[in-house]
Amino acid sequence: MADFAEAFLNLGILSEAWWLLAMGAGRTIALSLLVVPIGLAAGLGLALLCRRGPAIRRATALFVDLFRALPPLVLLILLYAGLPFAGINLGAWGSVAACFLLNSGAYYCEVFRAGLKGVPLGQEDAAAALGLRPVQALRLVLLPQAVRLVLPDLVSNTLEVVKLTSIASVVSVAELLFQARQAQSITYNATPIVAAALTYFVLLWPLVRILSRLEEARLRSSR
Amino acid sequence: MSEQPGFLFTFFNTRVLLAALPEVAKGFLLTVELALLVVASGLAIGLLAAMLRLGGRWWINLPLIFVVDLLRAVPPLVIIVLLFFGLPSLDVELSAFVTTWITLAAVLAAFAEEIFWASIRAVPKGQKEAARSLGLGALQTLLLVTLPQALRIAVPPLTNRTIAIVKGTAFGSVVGLSDILGAAQSVTSFTANPSPLILGAAAYVVLFTPIILLARWIESRLAWSH
Repeated sequence: MADFAEAFLNLGILSEAWWLLAMGAGRTIALSLLVVPIGLAAGLGLALLCRRGPAIRRATALFVDLFRALPPLVLLILLYAGLPFAGINLGAWGSVAACFLLNSGAYYCEVFRAGLKGVPLGQEDAAAALGLRPVQALRLVLLPQAVRLVLPDLVSNTLEVVKLTSIASVVSVAELLFQARQAQSITYNATPIVAAALTYFVLLWPLVRILSRLEEARLRSSR
Repeated sequence: MSEQPGFLFTFFNTRVLLAALPEVAKGFLLTVELALLVVASGLAIGLLAAMLRLGGRWWINLPLIFVVDLLRAVPPLVIIVLLFFGLPSLDVELSAFVTTWITLAAVLAAFAEEIFWASIRAVPKGQKEAARSLGLGALQTLLLVTLPQALRIAVPPLTNRTIAIVKGTAFGSVVGLSDILGAAQSVTSFTANPSPLILGAAAYVVLFTPIILLARWIESRLAWSH
């Protein structure tokens, strides 16, 4: 037991490494605040594109399926290590942003598409009949109803996106996992990684709880 | 600048692709093997855990829910790194393959437990009561009446989640696994040419696209018959 505490819950190590981890946690939050809006915007854009006729819908579906089939880490490495060969150097943050634009955009698109499909057609006609412009109709009539329909999926997707920011460590963005790895390799002790895992847990646990409630409520009401 | 090599030479270099093919093919088999192991063990443990939770004993459920929440909140890559670099200090050395397998199976089990549990609870109470009043035992009721209906509810969210988690096999490359991504990366750094990465990406698309299309089809079938 003493060995276990020494290796995984070493307070001495933690007192030296905490500032690295704090910086990493800050960057993870910043990264999330960057990529969640990017994914949401791309997803909504794609979902709206889907409504513009069957040809565009099929092209969008192809795009979405392609980026849902490609593991995000593969996409990130392709962007980060492959594109420079074509003279396009996005850098670490740029590659991460582009990766989430494509990958999370594809996932959010599916969610928004399902939500918009669930809003009765009459709603859009009614909004138009009342003299709302298409953008107003979307913002004031369609989206509020669509979002309510797919709220659990939106929350779930967002949780996954925040967790997925940990892949940025692979391209040396100094977020939480990267800093924990640094601290671990300097101190030869796994405590920083345990601390990082606990930090993710503390940050995301409320979201997990809310999600459980939302999902259960929906399953019950669907019966 | 005529030194700039052509696009085809850079990204679809036949010579490099041919050299990379055996490695990436080996990685492909490893990824498939890992994926099957993760799906089988993850879903089985998840279903078992859901049944355990249905038992309703608080001293089982409280720790169970805590572990499930933990596995849903912590990124799988973090767990893989923790097990791979942390466990050796307890003299437990797991290979990259076993580390990735255990992690993804545990994460899938956690998500599956939630979905199974919620789906079982979503089956109307009257079904269970009717089965019991027909003389079926508790176990028979669960296996013959409740579970078949619950599985129908569970399948669409479960397939989507399973696909997302299985794509995490690529995380194994971070701790040195020679899966598709690991193999493609090592050949790329060896040949200083990104063609193997393109080959690897194509391999993933070939592997997962049919599964995604199948999931879409299952989803539309189940939605249709509702």
